[in-house]
Amino acid sequence: MNEMAPISREERTQNLKGLGCSRKRVEDVRFTQGKGNYVDDVKLPGMLYGDFVRSPYAHARVKSVDKSAALALPGVVAVLTAEDLAPLNLHWMPTLAGDKQMVLADGKVLFQGQEVAFVVANDRYVAADAAELVVVDYEELPVVTDPFKALEPGAPVLREDLEGQTSGAHGERRHHNHIFLWEAGDRQATEEVIASADVVAEEMIYYHRTHPCPLETCGCVASMDAVNGKLTVYGTFQAPHVVRTVASLLSGIEEHKIRVVSPDIGGGFGNKVGVYPGYVCSIVASIVTGKPVKWIEDRMENLTATAFARDYWMKGRISATKDGRITGLACHVTADHGAFDACADPTKFPAGFFHIMTGSYDIPVAHVGVDGVYTNKAPGGVAYRCSFRVTEAAYFIERMIEVLAIELGMDAAELRAKNFIRKEQFPYMSALGWEYDSGDYHTAWNKALAAIGYEDLRREQAERVEAFRRGETRKLIGIGLTHFTEIVGAGPVKNCDILGMGMFDSCEIRIHPTGSAVARLGTISQGQGHATTFAQILASEIGLSADSITIEEGDTDTAPYGLGTYGSRSTPVAGAAAAMAGRKIRAKAQMIAAYLLEVHDGDLEWDVDRFAVKGAPERFKTMKEIAYASYNQAIPGLEPGLEAVSYYDPPNMTYPFGAYVCVMELDVDTGSHEIRQFYALDDCGTRINPMIIEGQVHGGLTEAYAIAMAQEIAYDEIGNVKTATLMDFFLPTSFETPHYTTDFTETPSPHHPIGAKGVGESPNVGGVPAFSNAVHDAFRPFGLRQAHMPHDQWRVWKIARDLGLNG
Amino acid sequence: MIPAAFEYHRPPDLAAAIAALRDYGDDARVVAGGHSLIPMMKLRMAEIPHLIDLQAITALKGISIDGSTVRIGAMTTQAELIAHDGLASLAPILRETALQIADPQVRYVGTIGGNVANGDPGNDMPALMQCLDAGFILAGPDGERTVSAREFYQSAYVTLREDGEILTAVSFEATGGGHAYEKQKRKIGDYATAAAAVLMVKDKTACSRASVAMTNLSDVPVWSKAAGDALAGTSCGPADIDAAVAAMLADIAPTADNRGPVEFKRHVAGVILRRAIARAWSRA
Repeated sequence: MNEMAPISREERTQNLKGLGCSRKRVEDVRFTQGKGNYVDDVKLPGMLYGDFVRSPYAHARVKSVDKSAALALPGVVAVLTAEDLAPLNLHWMPTLAGDKQMVLADGKVLFQGQEVAFVVANDRYVAADAAELVVVDYEELPVVTDPFKALEPGAPVLREDLEGQTSGAHGERRHHNHIFLWEAGDRQATEEVIASADVVAEEMIYYHRTHPCPLETCGCVASMDAVNGKLTVYGTFQAPHVVRTVASLLSGIEEHKIRVVSPDIGGGFGNKVGVYPGYVCSIVASIVTGKPVKWIEDRMENLTATAFARDYWMKGRISATKDGRITGLACHVTADHGAFDACADPTKFPAGFFHIMTGSYDIPVAHVGVDGVYTNKAPGGVAYRCSFRVTEAAYFIERMIEVLAIELGMDAAELRAKNFIRKEQFPYMSALGWEYDSGDYHTAWNKALAAIGYEDLRREQAERVEAFRRGETRKLIGIGLTHFTEIVGAGPVKNCDILGMGMFDSCEIRIHPTGSAVARLGTISQGQGHATTFAQILASEIGLSADSITIEEGDTDTAPYGLGTYGSRSTPVAGAAAAMAGRKIRAKAQMIAAYLLEVHDGDLEWDVDRFAVKGAPERFKTMKEIAYASYNQAIPGLEPGLEAVSYYDPPNMTYPFGAYVCVMELDVDTGSHEIRQFYALDDCGTRINPMIIEGQVHGGLTEAYAIAMAQEIAYDEIGNVKTATLMDFFLPTSFETPHYTTDFTETPSPHHPIGAKGVGESPNVGGVPAFSNAVHDAFRPFGLRQAHMPHDQWRVWKIARDLGLNG
Repeated sequence: MIPAAFEYHRPPDLAAAIAALRDYGDDARVVAGGHSLIPMMKLRMAEIPHLIDLQAITALKGISIDGSTVRIGAMTTQAELIAHDGLASLAPILRETALQIADPQVRYVGTIGGNVANGDPGNDMPALMQCLDAGFILAGPDGERTVSAREFYQSAYVTLREDGEILTAVSFEATGGGHAYEKQKRKIGDYATAAAAVLMVKDKTACSRASVAMTNLSDVPVWSKAAGDALAGTSCGPADIDAAVAAMLADIAPTADNRGPVEFKRHVAGVILRRAIARAWSRA
């Protein structure tokens, strides 16, 4: 050994393709060749197909369901209704938010698109034909789609099943359509500060209802093996282990007899965290028929029935001194949860982490109250590419800052800088109880303003306003500022759980004798590139090339238990588990190396990919050599093999942050816009793969652009979904997608093993207020304070018209 | 998005297609590019027991130019329209319009015949055909006839085409002059919030002839004779353009949808027409 010409430390580091390397995504070889394996690619012998009969009404009594004609159609195997599921007690199921939800309509329907019957046939086309033949007799009931009207005294009773229940999973219910009131902070102190403040800005900020709309819709294949009694469920699950546990608790099947597999997933963005009626019905149908049953929703079903996001009415008050020092912040949210409370938040947080709403600012006192409300709309309220309700919070504070700037007559950039939490204040305890781990907001902010040439832009904007007033142009310039702070990486088991399951995560590593490895984690990639980045974390920890490390996720029979991928938790939690497992490997490797080199453990030092004798770097053992020895050499006092497992319970959340600036041109006559420039500076702590970070930022910004500028789930007054197809639900193509400039600062998390904070969701969280603030900013000289999203053409035109700018 | 069962026919020539329509009557529809009909079938809003695909009929394809007379076979795709240099030099408004229809993938399959024959008020070609004063050639069991595009559209999806007829070609005289097809839409692939087709012929400094047609601002395409008349004989000054816009606004009847309320659509229709006139006049 060791006969090769010595290669430099730098070269050895490069060869690892570890932390900081813009390694190409290993997943993309199969994806770009059309060789991915998605749930609809799963085809099992004898497989049957399910399809739903869905309610055309938003609120109606189901008087009868006649399935005789459907059952008479050749090829139809079964038609399930609530009556069929009731004996199994599966006509309702628990939600992740402590509520319960109908699997199939039990006496009434509560939103358009709700599942009424499940048809099972031997052919997908026959299933669709049969669904048309099921005759449902409805009696329409009064519909409520407005959460404020839902709380009026005479509002229709939506949830008759809860009649007389004056408390729910999160405390008191004060009205039949009320779900919970959740509060944080000091109400009295906040009210006192606001009452005596120099300046108070008050505004209602609405974050409209939208939808994660992953390219691949939700679906599953359930397969009950009648011989060995084992249930296998393939599905689009962001949290496969949680699905296994919930399936076991619901069905009574022992957990070792259930295998849940998440194959390749074509985007999740929170839409695939929850448990849907389609999964339950497929499982029951497979148990009943003894055959595999596939259910795949189509785009309209995805947009109308599986989990939406946002729909928060945020009434804010922010107070400050005359010179712009923020003194207090109050918020009351009316949260429209739809027909069932099916949010996917950590159980103790029915409004997620909305109380990160003090954002990047040092605000001495704050209070928030969130009222959850039932309406005749689809259930959900998931975190669409954000940590739980964090994008709502970021939008709220970044709009309130702008409104306060107007109230103060101050520049909004200056107001932010004046109130940022200062670098030396970290770790910083917020007024609402969060301990921010690290940050350097002023540095990021100044870098951003310098990069876009902020002063020049303001000058140009002012000149444009003058030209507009002189009638020389019909276009205005908006400069959208945002400094956001995220809270991700849920989370510490002491306060973060889902239905009692602690939100730790896990990694198992097995090193093979020739020095390659397989690592399995409790998370599941939906496009984030885990197979690439987790291998990089491990490469730097264990000194084997990332190319020699296979990452596996998503099969509960092989992967260690974990809570899955959402809320930017994979890197903060599972990434930490990977690093810790790697360190266990290294600790054992050190003992093996010491034996091989005939020195004491303490005389060795780690050097990129090897242990070397301190002071004698030519005496070393590489990890490849150590791996081989671990299996093939009898080492006194050590078991053979080189494996490790780590279950990581994070001590705190991580707090990525960023400074975004959007420069937009708005056509006052048509309401259309052009994004002239978008600058995104992200600080996600230690950067694992800069290229993947850039890709994540581009993707998240594009979603943010869609949400802010056009994307919505809209209902008419009788509860019809008006945006059920991609004609009306805006999903940007390459043509609409703006050009982005990305940048970074790097402030490691002090408590994370490698200092990484997570980045996948930051661009959505920070992007939405940046785009929206640009629209508002363009009209600020003409007196605009607040206009609700989405800022599509007619709504922008309406802003201009209401301000008298359209003649 | 699973259609009901249907029989698929692919007749080799026009006579066979007309015979199939006769045989199956109300149960049959012809399909060209399918961009309107197939989604309707998948949504089960249209149930078509017999689908007659025209794509094997080569006689329905192709663009022929004879002097200033242009004839375009119904099965000519938007991509083929865009690629045809002779057409682009004689009647450039076709390329300008076709480039604003949907996206390249759609344009490789979508045809001019399907676009004009279906009677969908969102389609762009019907207003353009009215602007050009095109004729639609319809073939049926009793032979061929030509119907003016300006008379063809009765209401949404209702046209003067008889059930047994197939639209085989569009034909028009290229007039020269300046042109513009101006379209406001929410995104690539969308129907127009408002669109205007404008042709203007210039005689020294005055506009000698003008034709104006609007897309998706009524349940049919709107050829506004009054708007064209308001421009003809003028030097296209601000008051003349105001008059044309006012005339156009009197002819449209938009309805509210996700693109916006009626007031917005009327406002945008005016803005778009002003832009189209300005561009057409600058090219005249």
